[in-house]
Amino acid sequence: MSNTVANKKWANRSADTAERLANAARFIGPGKQVKAEDTVALLEAVIRAEDRVNIEGNNQKQADFLAECLNKVDKSKIHDLHMVQSAVPLPVHLDLFESGVAKKLDFAFGGPQAGRVAQFIREGKLELGAIHTYLELFARYFLDLTPKVSLICAYKADKKGNLYTGFNTEDTPTIVEATKFRQGIVIAQVNEIVDELPRVDIPSDWIDAVIQSPKPFFIEPLFTRDPALITDSQILLAMLCIKGIYAEYGVKRLNHGIGFLTSAIELLLPTYGEELGLKGEICTHMILNPHPTMIPAIESGWVDTIHCFGGELGMEEYVAARPDVFFVGPDGTLRSNRAYAQTAGHYALDMFIGGTLQIDKYGNSSTATGTRVAGFGGAPNMGCDAKGRRHVTESWLKCGQELPSLDQQLGDMPRGKRLVVQGVETFGEGREPVFVDKLDAWELAKNANLDLPPVMIYGDDLTHIVTEEGIAYLNRCPDLETRMAAIRAVAGFTDIGLSAKPEETKRLREAGIVKTPEEIGVDRKRANRSMLAAKSIRDLVTWSGGLYNPPARFRNW
Amino acid sequence: MALNTLEFDLKAEGGSQVVKTLVHTGVVGSSDMEVLMEPKDLGGSVSVRIVTPVSGFDDLWKRVLETFVTRNALADLRLEINDNNATPAVVLLRLQQALSEAAGN
Repeated sequence: MSNTVANKKWANRSADTAERLANAARFIGPGKQVKAEDTVALLEAVIRAEDRVNIEGNNQKQADFLAECLNKVDKSKIHDLHMVQSAVPLPVHLDLFESGVAKKLDFAFGGPQAGRVAQFIREGKLELGAIHTYLELFARYFLDLTPKVSLICAYKADKKGNLYTGFNTEDTPTIVEATKFRQGIVIAQVNEIVDELPRVDIPSDWIDAVIQSPKPFFIEPLFTRDPALITDSQILLAMLCIKGIYAEYGVKRLNHGIGFLTSAIELLLPTYGEELGLKGEICTHMILNPHPTMIPAIESGWVDTIHCFGGELGMEEYVAARPDVFFVGPDGTLRSNRAYAQTAGHYALDMFIGGTLQIDKYGNSSTATGTRVAGFGGAPNMGCDAKGRRHVTESWLKCGQELPSLDQQLGDMPRGKRLVVQGVETFGEGREPVFVDKLDAWELAKNANLDLPPVMIYGDDLTHIVTEEGIAYLNRCPDLETRMAAIRAVAGFTDIGLSAKPEETKRLREAGIVKTPEEIGVDRKRANRSMLAAKSIRDLVTWSGGLYNPPARFRNW
Repeated sequence: MALNTLEFDLKAEGGSQVVKTLVHTGVVGSSDMEVLMEPKDLGGSVSVRIVTPVSGFDDLWKRVLETFVTRNALADLRLEINDNNATPAVVLLRLQQALSEAAGN
């Protein structure tokens, strides 16, 4: 062994962090507390040009004060940062690229700033690393995209610097673990500093500085859908889904997103679902945020378990009062965790169901438009067949058994498959056709110099499409030609739908690959709002026994 | 907003007068429409009148109505639609609901 190896230094990262924290020591008081007015100076002391930096924020809670402060640093010292973070929904997230503080971005979700992301890429202000799913980005925090400095947010800190993230724990544990255990720096903004926390979500020795923010962090009630806005057409699709897919496959473990279709399904469980005798047979285990529209199904005893990515404003008391269903801490409040919920979503679901803006003639779908780099958040984790899955559930097995061409890949070896369902009206907002020859994602790839068109769900993962025309059971198609014909058969009056050949559609119906509402046994004239278990936000409050406390904007009584 | 009025006649092969009484379904709420169906002696034709704030989708309206009339083999019928941005899915749903009501099932 040579001496040069023995002399190599092995703790450069922690030495660098110690040096930076020494620069910042004059701002950090007892309990790691930093005054709000010293925040910009603190960031200037601990961040260096070209650092990899994370600002916590997903589609819900946001470390907004720290983001604003980062945009006020001396740009001659701090510039060209590489931002690695779940989402960039706030204007300030993009202002960082305008001002030159940041240069490169790796993220999962663009939200309202999606247009600026595309524009900045074109103008050369923003260098895009990649668009990820949440879980994929979290994975990279622990491999090749570990943040040097993370700016996080919590509800409360105590006098030692322990944090309570509570109901909206979301991404915090993942970010902190990746950053701190790679000798990085973690700075937290909190709404208040208290003597005693309800529980400790993040221990103080993983935190370097705590700032009481001048105002509470921004949080968006993204998962609240007003039942009053659910249309008859969505109710028709929901009835088709329940009878033609949920019941057909016995789907017990699933995710619902923020769409009105899945809200309608939730509100039909205690009515239509009950009538079909499906209680206990479907929707018993769910990965979703605490949607207010789930209240009637929970109250009617449909649901065994719900794990949450994040919280939802107004649902705090209701969830705390239903600890048999939700994951609740010893203190009695929900603990959400995006990484675990996404892991469950990837590996343990029988089915993913969602909507999209466009589906191409092959069955690839995307919410990307020509000028917006929106990203997909967590949907692709769940809207795919998890290739590492080995455990069997009834619906997973049935979906796999229906694949006519599995032997072309595996010989005589059986395998299951995740149900991946897209539920759409054939025309979307502004009468834009949902079924298209070519996705706008191709145009976006050109406009924003992306390596690939951003696809939310690939055609080979998609197993079913539900439209007002009926259901296409794509998993029953032996080849691409048949899949394309099945897609045409449910594409209605779009150009894709009009290219369907009546003879071909007839054969698909005989083969059980395409079914009309009548063939599924859904009566179109029953598709109206009287089917909903709750018809308004106020009905939801009543169902909850007054425990649901909707945000002001949803109160209209 | 200026409203467009579309008027056209359709004829289904082997059509008959299915609708015997006047029916009215739907409301002109946002993304919705109302339809009036009235039996009328039109020599086997179905006459359609659509009032809509949307322009540039005349062909789509025609296709949707054609499908409805052909699929249900309708004749001697007057259809009046007052639309407020309904999608084709909603249009067909409302028409089908009105027809069910008219046929009394």
